[in-house]
Amino acid sequence: MVWRHVAGRLFSPPLTVAAEKLDEREIAELAERLHATARRTLGRSLSIRQVDAGSCNGCELEINMLNSVVYDLERFGLHFVASPRHADVMMVTGPTARNMREGLLRTHAAAGEPKFVVAVGDCAIDGGVFKGSYAVDGAVANAVQVDLVIRGCPPSPAQMLVGLRLLLEANAGP
Amino acid sequence: MSLDALLARGREVACQPWARHVLTPDAWTELRGVVLDLLGLWADPHAVHALLHQDGAYRLASVEVRDGAFPALSPAFPAAAWFERMIADLWGHRAEGGTDERAWIDHGRWDHAAPMAARPGGPGRPQPEFLAHEGDDIHEIPVGPVHAGIIEPGHFRFSVQGETVVRLEIRLGYTHKGTLGLLNGKSPRAAARFAARLSGDTTVAHSVAFARAAEAACGTAAPPRADALRAVMTEMERIANHLGDCGAIANDAAFAFLPARFHWHREQMLAAAQTAFGHRLMMDAVVPGGVSVDIVAAGPGAIEAALHRLEVELPNLLRVYEDYSSLVDRMVTTGIVSTEQAQRFAAGGYVGRASGRDVDLRQSPGYPPYDRLELAVPVLQEGDVDARFRVRIAEIHASTLLLRSLLPALPDGPIAASLPMATGEGIGWAEGFRGDIWHWMRLEGGIITAAFMRDPSWLQWPLLQAAIRGNIVADFPLCNKSFNCSYSGVDL
Repeated sequence: MVWRHVAGRLFSPPLTVAAEKLDEREIAELAERLHATARRTLGRSLSIRQVDAGSCNGCELEINMLNSVVYDLERFGLHFVASPRHADVMMVTGPTARNMREGLLRTHAAAGEPKFVVAVGDCAIDGGVFKGSYAVDGAVANAVQVDLVIRGCPPSPAQMLVGLRLLLEANAGP
Repeated sequence: MSLDALLARGREVACQPWARHVLTPDAWTELRGVVLDLLGLWADPHAVHALLHQDGAYRLASVEVRDGAFPALSPAFPAAAWFERMIADLWGHRAEGGTDERAWIDHGRWDHAAPMAARPGGPGRPQPEFLAHEGDDIHEIPVGPVHAGIIEPGHFRFSVQGETVVRLEIRLGYTHKGTLGLLNGKSPRAAARFAARLSGDTTVAHSVAFARAAEAACGTAAPPRADALRAVMTEMERIANHLGDCGAIANDAAFAFLPARFHWHREQMLAAAQTAFGHRLMMDAVVPGGVSVDIVAAGPGAIEAALHRLEVELPNLLRVYEDYSSLVDRMVTTGIVSTEQAQRFAAGGYVGRASGRDVDLRQSPGYPPYDRLELAVPVLQEGDVDARFRVRIAEIHASTLLLRSLLPALPDGPIAASLPMATGEGIGWAEGFRGDIWHWMRLEGGIITAAFMRDPSWLQWPLLQAAIRGNIVADFPLCNKSFNCSYSGVDL
């Protein structure tokens, strides 16, 4: 049965959305910031480890869609890995729940240097709606150094794709 | 004994639509001897409350906390154990005679123990030891809180003999955000964003249950157009989540074709939601009093287009699934939940319905607009991964039919009613994609003074522990995905 479906797909247009054009100025600005911390050394393929630091799972739903045929993250040289040891980038979601703080720090420490941290979603940026709760520390930047933020509640896969590609381009340099 | 006869001995407190019965500790203890479903257990600074079900009737019972303690219900109802641990952690009320008194969501990381108590503070709770195992040939596999995939954090402790799982013990609480505490002191309208973020995948259904609790407490009803739009969003959310999970289940058996197609259809449903309601997950679209956004003119067409594409391909995808014996072999007889187990935990949703439980809040007790719609709820008996997969596929079909009867007949009129600054108590419910969702709140002058939000996962997680027993470790991801319980939903 599968072969019939696959054969059908050979003659239909691709399901993957076209890559948006990135803003050159944004790349340059980010490159300058990364350069200032002397971390432009990772080449054109980045491995990503995702850490949920207390999100509602909305961000995870949309991050998972990056792996679907529609967004196909891997065509840009970006892919998710299971172990922080293999990771160049950490995508962190959630308002840094105190119960997850140690898990976040230990995962961060396990990833080799150099590495980038991307705070994904409004909770990770400043605690979002959970700001001020006894159970959260708020911004992920309070726990680890953040290199890039992607806004939204949750950000759409398209927005995340733009952010991650900016990072890739800025890191690779001209 | 009949539940009502026991509750009649208590003092009645007004709560809409069902009164709450405050029992003496002795009468509360007698609940242990009644045949009933325990659906939820929560607290406020002075009392413990229970949501119970017997023969189609839903009842609320309470007991006042004396000297920091209340009689435990866990000796009779195993599902009560996790609730009692949560109550001890958040409010500091001790469940006397409980089967498990270990800390649960208190990981010793907060400034104060019992943060929801009248006077927070006191000594932090000792951190729990995992259950001990006996025998020389058993080893432990600790997993998490950070898992290999892109999922929420939690710790799974497997005790394994060879390849066979002897016991799984789950420890959650890592995503605890103090959500219940954030509700207090806010109007239902301001607090709705927390209900919408209790579990992001169920944002619509939790928002509906929360809104209905607020409306019940205020004695207001949402306008008919809002009820219909809420149902449209709930069914779209159900379809999108089932598509995601069906793909993920096949993915965990390394069958790449099905997730590719299921996730493409999921994307179509999310894109239709973006077109129709302006947000892919429809977050914050349902608010107390009604809905915050009306469906745009292009909405029904976009939703119907996504449904049509799905309807055309879904039978083929099911045929592919059935055609591959190596795939079906992983699903059938894996992770069985017996009907008896599902009944003891009163599990709802696809977990209950795949194990012979014919339960659905849209049918009983029902709520608008489902009371005027035809709905066929699929029920299977096998209780394995395959049955949960098939129930989901059947639910996608049922939701498609519901959307087709809802969309062409949306009532005219306003999309929201304003809520008065009322004093009162209410309970609201909704059938989310995982199953029965219950929200309870107490309002004083239009401000929330106590509330609880019960995600279906409370009664499903413990069954995952039961389902994996005797299975091999490699089948755990399949079992887990077929349940797909919410971490954030129970971590609160």
